[in-house]
Amino acid sequence: MFASCADPSTLEGLSWLLCYLTSGKHLLFYTSIGTVLLLLAITAPVALGFGFGGAMAARSHFLPLRWFGKAYTSMVRGIPDIIFFLFVPIALDQAFEWVRHKALCPESDLPVWQGNDFVVCAAAKLPLSTSPPWVHETYAFFLAVLAFSIVFGAFAANVIYGAMNAVPRAQMETAEAYGMSHRQAFRRILVPQMWVYALPGLSNLWMILIKATPLLFILGIRDIVYWARELGGSKTSQFDYPHPDWRLYYFLALLAFYLLMTSLSERVLRRISARLSHGQATLAGEQQRKVAA
Amino acid sequence: MKKLLIAAAAFALTAGLAGAQTVRMGTEGAYPPYNFINDKGEVDGFERELGDELCKRAALTCEWVTNEWDSIIPNLVSGNYDTIVAGMSITEERAKVISFTQNYIPPAASAYVALKPDADVKGGVVAAQTATIQAGHVAESGATLLEYPTPDETIAAVRNGEADAVFADKDYLVPIVAESNGELSFVGEDIQLGGGVGMGLRQSDAELRGKFDTAIQSMKDDGTLNALIKKWFGDKALLF
Repeated sequence: MFASCADPSTLEGLSWLLCYLTSGKHLLFYTSIGTVLLLLAITAPVALGFGFGGAMAARSHFLPLRWFGKAYTSMVRGIPDIIFFLFVPIALDQAFEWVRHKALCPESDLPVWQGNDFVVCAAAKLPLSTSPPWVHETYAFFLAVLAFSIVFGAFAANVIYGAMNAVPRAQMETAEAYGMSHRQAFRRILVPQMWVYALPGLSNLWMILIKATPLLFILGIRDIVYWARELGGSKTSQFDYPHPDWRLYYFLALLAFYLLMTSLSERVLRRISARLSHGQATLAGEQQRKVAA
Repeated sequence: MKKLLIAAAAFALTAGLAGAQTVRMGTEGAYPPYNFINDKGEVDGFERELGDELCKRAALTCEWVTNEWDSIIPNLVSGNYDTIVAGMSITEERAKVISFTQNYIPPAASAYVALKPDADVKGGVVAAQTATIQAGHVAESGATLLEYPTPDETIAAVRNGEADAVFADKDYLVPIVAESNGELSFVGEDIQLGGGVGMGLRQSDAELRGKFDTAIQSMKDDGTLNALIKKWFGDKALLF
């Protein structure tokens, strides 16, 4: 990065460390922190959407939709995450490629499965093998977001389903007495009140999601844990910056990163909780009212 | 609808023409000097240089991809990349699932490394990387096998006393022993395993395998392969 880093073998002490910490490999490590944050930023709202949809489906009066909602939550919740992460992206990827193979190469009469091999025509590859590396990385990231969202959406669906059932029946009866339609009561009464019941469960999920991000490497995305292991491993003089086994320091840095993330989240979640309790007929809401009075 | 079909067909055709020439090379990136990620964050090592030269001779455009060793074969057969160039020894077991080119490194020795020269490699605890021929050998040797996902972790296991010895390709161990200031040393005899290192391809990809086979043969014939082996593995390395 700096001109003075051109020949690391001549450096010593602090200047060596400075050059070491700004090597191209370290810059990739720092960018991977961004990858993790981006994953969290996209996955959380998408999973919440999946969860809301799943909960609504599970409560639906239309039987097949209810079956779908129940099947979604119980199936995904019942399968170990790691198996799900190994299965879903590969299955999705092959499904996409199979559809493209049928659509784009109708003249090809070769089977897609040839022994152990999954072979589609060059035009059906997703992404095309000619695409630049960033397209491949974005595609892998997209699959990862989808897999994370499906899994965490199922858990969120169950939390939201429970929260919707926890809103006192009297609230809905009052809404009906005011002449609100079923939909109006759902939107104006049920949804605003259920969040306070859903929050503890959802905040748990958020914390678990933060800690689950190292699963990214299973999906072929180089996340911070991959880089920490790769950078920390002992290096012989074949490398520009030889050093002994430094994994301990790198994992300590990860520890600090994850603790920072979770403690920040806890602070934010506490605020949201206070805000949602405001004016609610719950113990927390009642306490707030007493303090204010 | 018709326009759409024509557009799709045109797209398929052009993409097919352009796509035929890019080969994605899969490697592990954690096995110096065969392949590793250098300090710039790029794939480097003997196999990087060899692969680039082979692609040049076969007139192919190549692009490097890294993948965990554990899932390197499944990701090849499901089409995420087109070749494995990762110090993979040719064995019968692997040849049932993928096909290999001729070897580009002759059948080379594997060796034990330990802290003490009298370490028990036949009955003690021996570390090896998961799913390697060395791990298979340790499992059959009577020693207790301790598997790790990356080769670096197998060395760390010996250094911190979790394992009595590590069993790996000698070419990988030589620089590590040389730079350990006498801490590590070779134990016992070298052992010949496997049929040399070759490039792995999908069994349905016979055409691409032919191209790389020819390119490897041409490098063997004009001596450039031997020069490359000497450059990366030192003067004592086995040559063709």
